[in-house]
Amino acid sequence: MTSLDSTQQSRAKSRPLPAFTREQWVSLILLAGLALAASVAHFAGEPYFVDLASRIAIIALAGVGLNLALGFGGLVSFGHAAFFGLGGYTVSVGAFHAFNMTPILGIDFLPAGSDQMVPLWITAMSVCGVVAWLIGRISLGTSGVYFIMITLAFAQMIYYFAVSWPAYGGEDGLPIYIRNQFYGLDTTNSLVFFGLSFALLLLALGFCQRIMAARFGAALTMARLNPVRLATAGVEPRPIKQVAFVISGMITGLAGALYADLNGFVGPSMLSWHQSGEIMVIVILGGVGRLCGPLAGAILIVLMETFLGGLTEHWQFFLGLIILMVVLFAPGGVMGLLAGRARHA
Amino acid sequence: MPEAILSIQNLEKSFGALRATQSVSVDLVPGEIHVLIGPNGAGKSTLIAQIAGTLLPDSGEIWLDGKNITRLSVAERARRGLGRSFQVSSLAEDLSVKRNVMIAVQALQGSSFRFWTPVHSDPSLVGPALEALTRMGLDARADTPVAELSHGERRQVEVACALALKPIALLLDEPMAGLGPEGTAKLTLLLEKLKHDVPILLIEHDMDAVFRLADRISVLVAGEVVAHGDSDAIRNNPQVREAYLGDDRCSA
Repeated sequence: MTSLDSTQQSRAKSRPLPAFTREQWVSLILLAGLALAASVAHFAGEPYFVDLASRIAIIALAGVGLNLALGFGGLVSFGHAAFFGLGGYTVSVGAFHAFNMTPILGIDFLPAGSDQMVPLWITAMSVCGVVAWLIGRISLGTSGVYFIMITLAFAQMIYYFAVSWPAYGGEDGLPIYIRNQFYGLDTTNSLVFFGLSFALLLLALGFCQRIMAARFGAALTMARLNPVRLATAGVEPRPIKQVAFVISGMITGLAGALYADLNGFVGPSMLSWHQSGEIMVIVILGGVGRLCGPLAGAILIVLMETFLGGLTEHWQFFLGLIILMVVLFAPGGVMGLLAGRARHA
Repeated sequence: MPEAILSIQNLEKSFGALRATQSVSVDLVPGEIHVLIGPNGAGKSTLIAQIAGTLLPDSGEIWLDGKNITRLSVAERARRGLGRSFQVSSLAEDLSVKRNVMIAVQALQGSSFRFWTPVHSDPSLVGPALEALTRMGLDARADTPVAELSHGERRQVEVACALALKPIALLLDEPMAGLGPEGTAKLTLLLEKLKHDVPILLIEHDMDAVFRLADRISVLVAGEVVAHGDSDAIRNNPQVREAYLGDDRCSA
């Protein structure tokens, strides 16, 4: 014990290259594997599989967002489709108005939309941030099953709102005719689009790791493990959770923005509770509260959907079985299986 | 008599027809240990909850360091220097001892909305946390997860967490509960030293520890303070002996 302590201390002093933990190795392999698969598929002339890799990266990004609330903050949100869909709609609506050269929402003094990804992403994240703040403000007063129900209720409200708003396609959704632009890059090239999605996934992962290691993360962890201890230490748990929920919604919203451009389409299904469930399944399958858990979950889900779905229509039955197995026998999810129990410093 | 650091004035709390706290007034002056004793159901927990801020009194006031804290939140009270420990340990089991203490240091230093600097290598957090642990004789266990600690060690971590806040008043709810005789003796010694830095409002059942530690004792029966005085006065108070000590001595 003491020898371990002293090695840790000397390591902190001299700061050599930090040794990777097993979880970090697994994460690195998953990330590298995804990037490699996309590149190989591209140069083999299989854009379909490159898009599949983009889909994995984007769904993983949505999961990274939810994981911040659900995994790190213990906030079981069953309404993250609200952010995923709003992100998607923001991009779609922006592109729609840019295409038609009409002002946003039909309000004259607002600018026409944009076909540039960066402003669209920023707008999508801002919209999701504001909505997450409002939802969090109301729902964070509750906990447990009530929190789940309130977040679900808000997402459903937004879903029905989208369905009943004919200006943006209502039930039929809204297509994006030309994929939005990222400065000089050819975003219609599958590999370029994958690169953008992958880069944003990496950014989000790095950001989450950083804030979870910082004071905010320490407070959020304590808010999840023991809110009474946090308050007794002099930190109000609720604002901490509120901020985590907002960041979480913004990241998932960014994923929705990318997803709309990937599919060239956004529909109310992106706002539906099935979508919330899918993001949640990704997080739980991958490993709740593990940084790269959502990536592992997204890889598993998308591969199953594609390959099992190719074999049988009833692939979701097998998905159900796998979820059951994970919950019963591997509560740490795929990440838990591959990298062992989560460790807290 | 010196100015009270913590002053509870005419506190009242009823649950329906039950008057759990009946115009209780207790105070805490620098350098003392003021012990609250009382049989089960006397309303000690209710009183503690109101002082700590988890329960709002119906009427009456709580003052800390010359400021009215009656309506402040738990966290706000902690920031103003009210440290507390719980009757049943309330720590994050999965985290290391150090991490549990560091969160208090973090709160003391100000905002938790800092998103960039990692905490594990931040000497301004680790240093004071280790200092508080050293004070409780727990520095060797700093990196151990709380889940692996003995019951007695957990109680000490609780006190260390409270100390890390650099409190101006300590509220300790049965810190000796469940400790063996050795643990009790150790903690008694620690509290005796500690009181010169921070006055302590102590709720305790262990009568030997109470009489050894207490500068003043208040006896709570059925929500009311029925007697108040130093150890000798309480020991010899016939009313208290009858209502409380007689039974307790036999069972202890």
